[in-house]
Amino acid sequence: MRIPFAGAIDCDVHVTVPGLAVLVPYLDTYWRERVRVQQLERLDLTLTSYPPTAPLSGRADWRPEKGPPGSDLALLQREALDKFQLRYAILNCLWGSQALFAEDMAAALCRAANDWVASEWLDRDPRLRASIMVPAQNPELAAAEIERRASDPRFVQVLVLAGLDLPLGRRLYWPMFRSAAEHGLPVAIHAGSAYRHPPSASGWPSFLLEDYVSNTQLFAAQLASLVSEGLFAKFPTLKIVLVESGFTWLPAFAWKFNKTWRGVRMEVPWVAKPPFDIIREHVRFTLQPVDAPNETTTLNDAIAQLGSDALLLFSSDFPHWQFEAADVLPEGLSDQLLKKILVDNPLATYPRLKETVA
Amino acid sequence: MSLALLDRQSERSSQTRLAVVDCDIHPTFRSEQDILPYLPARWREHMLQYRRNVRQGLHGTLTHPRMQVNRVDAVTPDGGPPGSDVEFMRTHHLDTNNVEWGLLQALQPAAHAERNLEFGAALASANNDWQIAQWIDKEPRLRGGIQVTQEYPEAAVREIERRARDRRFVQVSLSPRAVEPLGRSRYWPIYEACERNNLPLGLHVPGFGSGFASTPAGWPSFYLEEHQSFAYIIMGVFTSMVLEGVFERFKGLKLVLVEGGFGWVPPLCWRLDKHWEKMRGEVPHLKRPPSEYIREHIWFTTQPMEEPERPDDLVRVIEWIGWDRLLFSTDYPHWDFDDPKTVFQIKLTQEQKRMIFSENAKRVYELS
Repeated sequence: MRIPFAGAIDCDVHVTVPGLAVLVPYLDTYWRERVRVQQLERLDLTLTSYPPTAPLSGRADWRPEKGPPGSDLALLQREALDKFQLRYAILNCLWGSQALFAEDMAAALCRAANDWVASEWLDRDPRLRASIMVPAQNPELAAAEIERRASDPRFVQVLVLAGLDLPLGRRLYWPMFRSAAEHGLPVAIHAGSAYRHPPSASGWPSFLLEDYVSNTQLFAAQLASLVSEGLFAKFPTLKIVLVESGFTWLPAFAWKFNKTWRGVRMEVPWVAKPPFDIIREHVRFTLQPVDAPNETTTLNDAIAQLGSDALLLFSSDFPHWQFEAADVLPEGLSDQLLKKILVDNPLATYPRLKETVA
Repeated sequence: MSLALLDRQSERSSQTRLAVVDCDIHPTFRSEQDILPYLPARWREHMLQYRRNVRQGLHGTLTHPRMQVNRVDAVTPDGGPPGSDVEFMRTHHLDTNNVEWGLLQALQPAAHAERNLEFGAALASANNDWQIAQWIDKEPRLRGGIQVTQEYPEAAVREIERRARDRRFVQVSLSPRAVEPLGRSRYWPIYEACERNNLPLGLHVPGFGSGFASTPAGWPSFYLEEHQSFAYIIMGVFTSMVLEGVFERFKGLKLVLVEGGFGWVPPLCWRLDKHWEKMRGEVPHLKRPPSEYIREHIWFTTQPMEEPERPDDLVRVIEWIGWDRLLFSTDYPHWDFDDPKTVFQIKLTQEQKRMIFSENAKRVYELS
């Protein structure tokens, strides 16, 4: 169904860096020289998880005449901001800086991309907000990038890719989470992987479809890691947003996680209550893709199994292809739940949105 | 009360109790040396000298120390490892829980994980002889699984053909932690042999194998996380076998997924169907929505049973999967054993009980 009222907050809209060339003005002298000498502009830094030409990566009517999906502001304004009558849309930039091995280069490209997002997108439409892309390859550098960009209130969260070098709860990553928590910024974990590890414990699947579906296991593993390592005991105010993760898999995962925890909790004494309770307190999920049948009973059952109406944040996933026409919402949700998903939950999750609303 | 009287009482009550088919029982070595008498001399010497060559840093232990691998009360009367004594298992588990048929999942000596493929094939074959000699010949309620090494399909097919007529084996056992996703064509000769011999394929999650991280996020720190990975491993295999078209190609193949849980099945099917709609151009060999293959070809064992916060949610999950797709299992003698008397926190009808605890498994495995 369509959105029934104006003023929704879209928590997952994609912008794409069309090529390294656009970032050159935002690089410092040293990196400009590196780009020139190494001819880095020729590099294609799109992620394997999102080939720009794949059906998933851009809905047919949301592809610009030239450039990759997500590279055209006018299209975004017309098809998402205006059509969905959004109050805000949070831009998530998925780009290869997260998959590089050289962490200094990753940091330089994240810096430049964030500055490019600020001046090419945020400055040009007051409804836009953005996520700070960070070089998670080196959590100290990631923390430094958070510090650098946090003063701009239009950046409302930190963004990392779901598949990185290590499970994200590992304490090595805590400097990044500390910095996010100190600035009141949720950390968004977005579908897709740098492919340091194959999408399955039996190696590399054949198909993009398989990779995409298997994001479920990747997200589940990250949640298991974040909880088990004690991240939320260490940073009690921290919020995590799983983006483009789907959510109907969560209950079955959390039931089993709770059951195992009851048996082995001695191993993780800092996990002092059932993991599902911790997840409900600290973790949020964007709406699209809604992985459920097109009938309302099953979807409502699945949502009831979440055990809270505070977990879902509205998202269109523009320009990714998750639904047809303007039917960005699944059928059959109550008015009360819709208001939570479209407005209340995003405002509660992103303190910086509330500040600007007030 | 004397023990004899207790025995008679339990005998009486067992007549009214439901007979159980337990699809996941682990027979265990007293020591790694137990396999030696079943190996040819050449491989016996190899084993004694070089031991095992596996894809993980610790040779003789699992990646993550478990709480107790086994139920503490399952230690055998002479102090042996749980699951290592057929006499004790008979009274401690089979009689106590009214097990009519018990399917062995003989995880040791993890032949699938051996990097030396000829050695792996010899270990698998030795394991099959050990199952017969030490277990099935001594306890007629037990049935075996033909262990094969999936990384050496030629040897696997030979082993299946050699054993297939022996009805003491009721399935072919493969490791879901393979070096390639199990849908890929290098493994198809094994599936062809299963189909030809009308043997279901049973995939039990092992503690190690491919050398790839147990989760797509990398290696976890804790057993708490590693335990969740059993579901991810089975989910990956399930996705691969469906999307590669294994069930289009082998229309008679029956697949049993063991110890991976089943709560994830409905949401994974919804996700597969939904995204297949958009990307079916990538998998033109699939003629139907992925979930349809699952309903015809795949069964799930129950342990570790998901325990929803609202118990009735389990009914909804099972209704979606189908009451005919679940096969009861205990995982005896492991610590996370599911007790048939208490594991269901929902009320089942007599018919549902008969299906899950017994009839479904009898039909899939043609037990009689």
